[in-house]
Amino acid sequence: MSDPPPPRVRVTGPPRRRADAVRSAGTREIDAETALGEVFMRSLLREQLMLAVRVLVALALTLGLLPLAFHVFPELGDVRVGPLPLAWLLLGVLTYPWLLLLGWFYLRRAEGHERDFADLVGTVLPDEDAGS
Amino acid sequence: MNTDIVPGVVAVVLVSIATLAIGTWGLRISRTTSDFFVASRTVRPRLNASAIGGEYLSAASFLGVAGLLLTFGAEMLWYPVGWTAGYLVLLVLVAAPLRRSGAYTLPDFAEARLGSRGVRKLCSVLVVGIGWLYLLPQFQGAGVTLRSTIGAPPWAGSLVVALVVLASVSPGGMRSITFVQAFQYWLKLTALLIPAFVLIAVWASDGAVDPTGAAPASWSIPLASPGGGIGLYTTYSLIVATFLGTMGLPHVVVRFYTNPDGRAARRTTLAVLALLGIFYVLPPLYGALGRIYAPDLADGRADVLVLELPQLMVPGLLGSMLTGLVTAGAFAAFLSTSSGLTIAVAGVLSQDVTGRRWGTRRLGGVAAFRVAAAIAVVVPLLMSLPAQDVAVARTVGLAFAVTASTFAPLLMLGIWWRGLTPRGAVAGLLVGGLGSGAAVAWTLATSSSTGWTAALLGQPAAWSVPASLATMVVVSRLTRASVPAHAGRFMVRLHTPEAVELERG
Repeated sequence: MSDPPPPRVRVTGPPRRRADAVRSAGTREIDAETALGEVFMRSLLREQLMLAVRVLVALALTLGLLPLAFHVFPELGDVRVGPLPLAWLLLGVLTYPWLLLLGWFYLRRAEGHERDFADLVGTVLPDEDAGS
Repeated sequence: MNTDIVPGVVAVVLVSIATLAIGTWGLRISRTTSDFFVASRTVRPRLNASAIGGEYLSAASFLGVAGLLLTFGAEMLWYPVGWTAGYLVLLVLVAAPLRRSGAYTLPDFAEARLGSRGVRKLCSVLVVGIGWLYLLPQFQGAGVTLRSTIGAPPWAGSLVVALVVLASVSPGGMRSITFVQAFQYWLKLTALLIPAFVLIAVWASDGAVDPTGAAPASWSIPLASPGGGIGLYTTYSLIVATFLGTMGLPHVVVRFYTNPDGRAARRTTLAVLALLGIFYVLPPLYGALGRIYAPDLADGRADVLVLELPQLMVPGLLGSMLTGLVTAGAFAAFLSTSSGLTIAVAGVLSQDVTGRRWGTRRLGGVAAFRVAAAIAVVVPLLMSLPAQDVAVARTVGLAFAVTASTFAPLLMLGIWWRGLTPRGAVAGLLVGGLGSGAAVAWTLATSSSTGWTAALLGQPAAWSVPASLATMVVVSRLTRASVPAHAGRFMVRLHTPEAVELERG
């Protein structure tokens, strides 16, 4: 252990380019908090929130209705699928792949929304600059 | 029980040594303060998911769930289901924005979002309280485990866990604990999986007796015990608590900050969902087999089912080895969850208590963290000594009810609604925290009573979460003028992908 101690590492964030010349119109609108920038942000937020709500509603309408179903139809407790009571099969096994499927669906859509947003505000549109 | 203590002792010693060894190995690459607290934010989704899984699967999951299933049947399947579904809710509502917020702890998030020291202090108090409420059953579970496997007095297990946690957390911080916890997930999975194969083989060769034959009829109905309206309320309240409570757990939030960016945070969460799903298929197997081979454990000793079932079903050397394996898994469960909670509580304490100037002296960052870690462990250890007989999964369930009524509304509204004000947040946190906290205290003090009062206080989430949410919204609306000026800019930071160059405040 006679090695010299490792040099101090300076921790910094990712480099940020500040040159406005290469920046797109959309990001400038958002940074300046203009009405147009506000529209960009609101539409992103709304899309992501609606996606989240859709997934949660799907969860509520499947898993969330199980207690009510067993409350209203107690005879479901006697139903068997092979050796397993129905409740044990649904809650003990099938729930997990279903949750994973919902999560996978959400992940794909959410990343898609972010790509669309980046395309929308991130691309430099030369003729728009010329026109306005 | 006194002839077969060897596998238990060997298992506990091996897991402790492995934990300390991996922690020390991680120490060699843990150099900067950033490593220490957040592993320099470079943990890849797969490793991070294993670490979150390892940290999350506590004594309640490893021992408690199987025991509750043995005693109460299908209604208790809601615990593992809720603990997994909580990650789906976390994924869709908070995962990426929480990472992008740049907050290390929940108090950091509250302060950054609302720009208020008052909210920060309240959140710090809540994190420490919830952390201790969650650490308590871990230490109790450790006591139960050592008493069952090696006949040690109950305080011995708690003490061993506390010492190993302190020894592994203090030197290396977050970086080394990431590897330790990832290792412990796979250890816990193996420790339930391999015995499960053997036990199923034994069960099949015994003629595959139907486990529901010996059980009461309510065993296959997923509704809480008394049934009727109360049963329905209790079940839905548990669902609310576990689905929403996960996002507010202090030790889970800290781990999210170790992701490189928001996209990785999402992918990590999805991987966690998969890892938890694989794990949680196993405890019900033990519960069902317990119905056939160990029905008498259901009266009061259900927490030791996982530990004693292998010995009861498989005699001889193989049984002893399997017992050693499940003991190792249980011990890993206490260590990993306790370490994660200790880091979370110590992170808050070191920022807000031990890192401050005391008289003329002031501790440096890492020293303050170590002192805070000691405080974080000792207090729940002392609390765990008098009370050794509370069902582990139930106590953990109460901690979920408190986080669901406090941090979950704060995170959901803070991330998705610009109109949240500091006063609204404080009012909601107080309503949710005091309401659910009083209910929890009442439930812990008076065990086992029936009727609507007991149901409403035993599972408070169904009323305390809406109350907290409504208070936050109403008070924020009334104090509309004090919406933080940087709320709009903060929304940009929370929701835009890092690749887009934007001013993020």
